[in-house]
Amino acid sequence: MFRAALRLSVSGARSLTRSRPQYTASVAARSYSHGKQETDEEFDARWVTYFNKPDIDAWELRKGMNTLIGYDLVPEPKILEAALRACRRLNDLASAIRILEAVKDKSGPHKEIYPYVLQELQPTLNELGIPTPEELGINKA
Amino acid sequence: QHTLEGNRDHTAVIHICLSIYLDRYFQTLYSSLTVVVLVHLSSDVDVIDCSVPQYNNRLDTPLPDVPFVRNLSAEQKKLKEKEKGSWTQLTKEEKLALYRLTHELSYAEMRQGSKEWMTVLGGIFIFLGFTGLLVWWQRVYVYGDVPHTLSEESVAQQTQRMIDMRVNPVHGFSHKWDYEKKQWK
Repeated sequence: MFRAALRLSVSGARSLTRSRPQYTASVAARSYSHGKQETDEEFDARWVTYFNKPDIDAWELRKGMNTLIGYDLVPEPKILEAALRACRRLNDLASAIRILEAVKDKSGPHKEIYPYVLQELQPTLNELGIPTPEELGINKA
Repeated sequence: QHTLEGNRDHTAVIHICLSIYLDRYFQTLYSSLTVVVLVHLSSDVDVIDCSVPQYNNRLDTPLPDVPFVRNLSAEQKKLKEKEKGSWTQLTKEEKLALYRLTHELSYAEMRQGSKEWMTVLGGIFIFLGFTGLLVWWQRVYVYGDVPHTLSEESVAQQTQRMIDMRVNPVHGFSHKWDYEKKQWK
């Protein structure tokens, strides 16, 4: 009985090493050992759609933003643009500024991310009249 | 025995009367007391209601559940109305005021830390030093004399004996003594 079990376990181990999955360059939050991996574009599209909901409510904005910041990634500018426009629909300037702060904080030691994001968002910021934290002086304690 | 029983009856009656009287008294007192207590509670302590969402400053939660300032003054309410219009019309001070209404601390303020560690470390050293003084006093005034075997003469005798015994002759103690020249190598 034990010999049979050993044979089974050995064959199982061999098949594991043979069928090691090839990971695509995905920045998605989950990596499954089986099932389809969500690509970066699908992830971004999903979040842009979430924030682009015309009648998004304040709770959904907060929930979406807090969840997004919880992921191990810095959101793409297009997601952030959708989030900022959602803030505009909800008449919430403070949240818009907070989102920019959170992006800077999220980039951590990679100091080049935040200026890039600001550069991409500049048209939206100008259009909606959202100040950057630097303009308000809250980037320094 | 007859008198004892009589006394017991009397005390029983007195007890019953007292209890009725006190009960009536406490009923009125209780109703007035509760009113007093309720008033006292609502005016005095600032109690956090943990059954509703609270504000919090967290780096991983950029948008807290509730804004920091809940009870807006008339001026703040006017600013909130202005927020509904185009944000390009707001001055920098107004934008900053709106931010501070919703958030207590900015990310930079959350991250800044304090100099508390210096106070803590200083306190530790002060107490360690004080303890050292206590230990020193104890050494001087509480401990008795050391054994006589630690005196110089006794140590010399001991060392000589160890050399005679050939203690650790290969690598250790006696190995370092030159038996010919009768001195340390």
